[in-house]
Formats: sequence, structure tokens, C-alpha cells
Amino acid sequence: MNLSLLLFFVLAVVAVLSAIGLLVSRSAIYAALFLVLNFAAVAVYYLVLGAPFIAMAQVTVYAGAIMVLFLFVIMLLGAEKLPPGRALPWQRPLAISLAIVLLVEGVFLLVQRLKITDILPAPSVEVNSVASLVDLGKALFQMYLLPFEITSVLLLVAMVGVIVLAKREKGELGS
Amino acid sequence: MTNVVPLSYYLGISGFLFALGILGVLIRRNPLIIFMSIELMLNGANLAFLAFSSAFHVLTGQIFVFFVMTVAAAEVAVGLALIVVIFRTKHNIDVDVLNSLKG
Repeated sequence: MNLSLLLFFVLAVVAVLSAIGLLVSRSAIYAALFLVLNFAAVAVYYLVLGAPFIAMAQVTVYAGAIMVLFLFVIMLLGAEKLPPGRALPWQRPLAISLAIVLLVEGVFLLVQRLKITDILPAPSVEVNSVASLVDLGKALFQMYLLPFEITSVLLLVAMVGVIVLAKREKGELGS
Repeated sequence: MTNVVPLSYYLGISGFLFALGILGVLIRRNPLIIFMSIELMLNGANLAFLAFSSAFHVLTGQIFVFFVMTVAAAEVAVGLALIVVIFRTKHNIDVDVLNSLKG
């Protein structure tokens, strides 16, 4: 079993388990955090598939902006009753040991100056390269310019719609 | 060097995520979690797009995923605003309570 396949199956387990956790968790906050984990796992898939720009957009837009919006609304509604916070007994030692592992990995990678292609085989030359990002930009702004502009109008419409929806009417009492 | 993980594996995990999203939409009654399940389904579809894009060496899949992300962001913003308004009027966000249109 080579490393690519191993990475695929580890990520598959993480993605599927976090999706199941999203379905079965009682609290919406836990569900949102499971969804962040799922997005992160899928973002690594995107990287392996030779789409680094989409992977970064996944992390910033989905796991960043959209999930912050979700968490904000969950807390705004306040309908979630979390059980009173009790720290897990093994939480702190586990966190410390994992942080140490991450630190050692980072220092090791910095010292060794390993490139990711040394660990994983590059998917293909023409897709997984900087030129692919240039091609993506060219395709987006030349061939797909009209859909791109339409999405900008869509975002504007969504923004106006959200402001109109969330605005309180003049006679309405604030709750 | 081509990708050693076959395309069918990616399609399998993508379909599985999509199915779990459908299951979440069907079995949960909290509209926030229903929204998250919809995001999960979009995520599975995006994974299939990128798997095909990588397998056939075309960039169209990546561009489509870009547009899907934009539409998802707009959809989440409007949907969450709707949920906030519903909560403001009904003081409850269980979807079973929302039966005002029932005859």
C-alpha cells in the first residue's frame, strides 16, 4: 500500500466519521465543528487532486467564513442548550502531546526542507503546477467572464436580501 | 506520473458524503443542521467535480467548483437570515412548528 492510497483512506475515514458525527450530534454547535473537520478533510483531497486554489478557497470560504456565520447564528438564536461545561480528564495532556507532535513535525520539515512531492507523488505535471493557477485565472476571466460577473450580481442580490430580511420594521419591538 | 488513487474511489467517497447529506436533510428537524447537511451535499458534489477535473486534465471542473462555492455562500447568507427572522417571529426553529400554510 503506497502513501497516496494510505492518505486517501485516512482522509476518507475522517470525512465519513465527521459527516456521521454531524448527523448524530445533539447540539448544533458540535454539528458545526464536525462540519469544519469535514471541510478540512475534503480540502486536503482537493490539494491531492491538484487544485490548490480551490483547497485554499475551501478553507477560507467554507471552513472560515461560512462556518463562522453558522456559529454566529447558532449563538445568536441561543436555542442550544449545551450541557454544563466539564473538561474531559484526558483533554489537557492529550492537547499538550498533540501540540508537541505538531511542533516537532514543523521543525523537522523546516530542517529537512522536504518538499511535498518527496512524500507524495505529484498527481500530474500539467495540473499540479503554478501554471495551472495561471490557466485557471485565464479561463475564469476570459472564457467564463460572464458567469463570473453574474455571480458578483448574485452576491450583491444576496447581500441586499439579507439586509432587507434582517432589518427590523419600524413598529416592531426589539426582543 | 498519474494519480495512483483511482477515480472511482473519489466518486465513491463523494457519493457517500452526498448520501449522508441527504440523510441529514431527511432525519434532522433543526433547520441549521439541515443547512449544514446541504453544505455537506455540495461538498460531495465539488469533490466529484475536482476528481473528474484531475482525471481528465481539464480546468472546467475547478471553475465550476468556484461557482458552486459562490452560490453556496450566497445561499447560506440568505438562509441564515431567514432562520433568524423565523426565530424572531415564532421563537422556535423546529421545522415541524412551521406549519402556518397548512390548510
